[in-house]
Amino acid sequence: MSAFIQYTLQGLANGGFYALSALGLAVIFGVLGVVNFSHGACYMLGAVISAVLLDQLGLGFWVALPLVTVLMFGFGVLMERLLVRWLLKLDPLYNFLLTFGVTLFLVDFVKRRYGVSSLPYQVPAGLEGRVEIAGVGLSKYLIFAALFSVLVCVGVWMLLTKTRIGMIVRASTENAERSRALGINVGRWVTPVFGFGIALAGLAGVLAAPFRAINADMGSTFIIILFAVVVIGGLGSILGAVVAGFLVGLVEAYGQGYAGQFSQVLIFVLMAAVVLVRPAGLFGREEAA
Amino acid sequence: MSQQMTSKVELELPAGPVVTERRASLRWLMLAVGLVVVLALPWFVYPPVAMDIAAWGLFAISVDLLLGYTGLLSFGHAAFWGTSAYATGLIAIHVGLPFPVAVIGGAVVAMVIAVPTGYLAVRRTGIYFAMVTLAFAQMLYFIANQWRDVTGGENGLQGIPKSFFGIELVETDSFYFYYAAIPLILLGVLIAWRIVNSPFGRVLVAIRDNPARARALGYDVERYKILVFVLSAGLAGLAGGVFSISHGFASLQELVWTTSGKVVLITVLGGIGTLWGGPLGAAVVVLLEDKLASSGFNGIGIITGTIFVVIVLAFRHGIWGTARNGVNAWLHRRRVKSGQSM
Repeated sequence: MSAFIQYTLQGLANGGFYALSALGLAVIFGVLGVVNFSHGACYMLGAVISAVLLDQLGLGFWVALPLVTVLMFGFGVLMERLLVRWLLKLDPLYNFLLTFGVTLFLVDFVKRRYGVSSLPYQVPAGLEGRVEIAGVGLSKYLIFAALFSVLVCVGVWMLLTKTRIGMIVRASTENAERSRALGINVGRWVTPVFGFGIALAGLAGVLAAPFRAINADMGSTFIIILFAVVVIGGLGSILGAVVAGFLVGLVEAYGQGYAGQFSQVLIFVLMAAVVLVRPAGLFGREEAA
Repeated sequence: MSQQMTSKVELELPAGPVVTERRASLRWLMLAVGLVVVLALPWFVYPPVAMDIAAWGLFAISVDLLLGYTGLLSFGHAAFWGTSAYATGLIAIHVGLPFPVAVIGGAVVAMVIAVPTGYLAVRRTGIYFAMVTLAFAQMLYFIANQWRDVTGGENGLQGIPKSFFGIELVETDSFYFYYAAIPLILLGVLIAWRIVNSPFGRVLVAIRDNPARARALGYDVERYKILVFVLSAGLAGLAGGVFSISHGFASLQELVWTTSGKVVLITVLGGIGTLWGGPLGAAVVVLLEDKLASSGFNGIGIITGTIFVVIVLAFRHGIWGTARNGVNAWLHRRRVKSGQSM
């Protein structure tokens, strides 16, 4: 039983990163129709920048959390303005390929600058050690990471459902053409939404920094699992991204705990099952083909 | 842009060639030039590098068959290249058959793997197809990584022999090996060319341009897609098998998603929907990587990533597509001019 609780917590913490990042991916896809391949690289950048901030400037986790998120927002805005924007009118495959190129660049850039070995990072002050819950010792930081991700997901959910900005973004996600016809300037929201999605990936990176190995390749597996997440959840669906994110996190953690060496295959088996039974994903709508 | 497509396909594909008599003779001339280049290549390029170019060229053609002619972007083609690299190696090591047989065996294994993958992947189109294929390739990567007894895990499969009917020159000298292996690559290219220029190929293009119309005309779109997916996997397998025999080992590198990305890069650089662009793109990328690697520059992705971004932003027809459009425009201008003078 104690092992089960451990795995569940681990799964929720991992799922939190997946959910946050998949949320960013889903929002970007919804508004821009772009599948951002570099999302994993942005997650990696988030973690690497927090490690560098600590190493070079002595800025710890609590500073990095908001600062890196803002920096990554800026990075996203730049990327949209300089690159992604020019291909928005074309087939989405082109932006998929473009962001793949950006990924290659970012990964090897970080590798060249900071090497291949992992950068050091500590668990932030106040969250070290374990806490005893129902007779099971659980890492304080993992609890924090899981709760914080849930909180951010809920926050984004509120933002999207309860505010005017959210309404505009949702309307553009739903049907950009019709939103335009109703007098909404969809184009104005394209850049901030892209930045926002990238910022979420960066935020997930900062959260991952204290207990994952920080190196240039940390986003490589992450992005593939993220794709599995959005295929399972349904790419257009914001709720789907969050639910599937936590689902995949849990499957991964239980798999590692109980299934041993072939655990990661489980995620893809789950994905195959979803594609087979509900091609549009759990929360997705059937695309016109 | 010279295409006059009425359909909704937004990939910028060059217009299909209109075969007039002059074009047909031009085509034979180009084919002859191509063959001479292929046969002369190891005289000018270090033979193992020449072999890499040929293998990557066929690999890119297999991707183009899907992307350029069927409108499906497979971002997991490393699955078939890599599976065949391992299968070919295992056959060559454990069964001891001559390498061409092992390579064909590897290609068959790749095709077998492609059946369930294709069956699942064709349920989605466009960007979803890319993500599903990518995920399956990653699944195979994990399996190869974990199944150490068979694949050697992170060490890869080493000591793959180049058995060739006991002819020592081929088995030890990479220069002669090239000539023993190139027929396999040319066979793959020939198959791709036949597919594209067959009634089956025309149906694929119809599906690419307008799936709804193809369906309305009575074609089973999904079955065509699965079939071309499996054929394409076979070609990728042929290339991957030759690659692993040539190198004497198969590693996880062959299955990782950057390999899938690299072959798409090569295909787009060469020009999608052109078939011949693949080998051209392969020559550029392989030679560039070889140069960078030998100069000790450790950040190849910085260069290839930038190239990719530039191609996609400004050069979407690729090398072959741009050249072909240029020639077409020139021929058109000449025809207009001679028409005026008459």
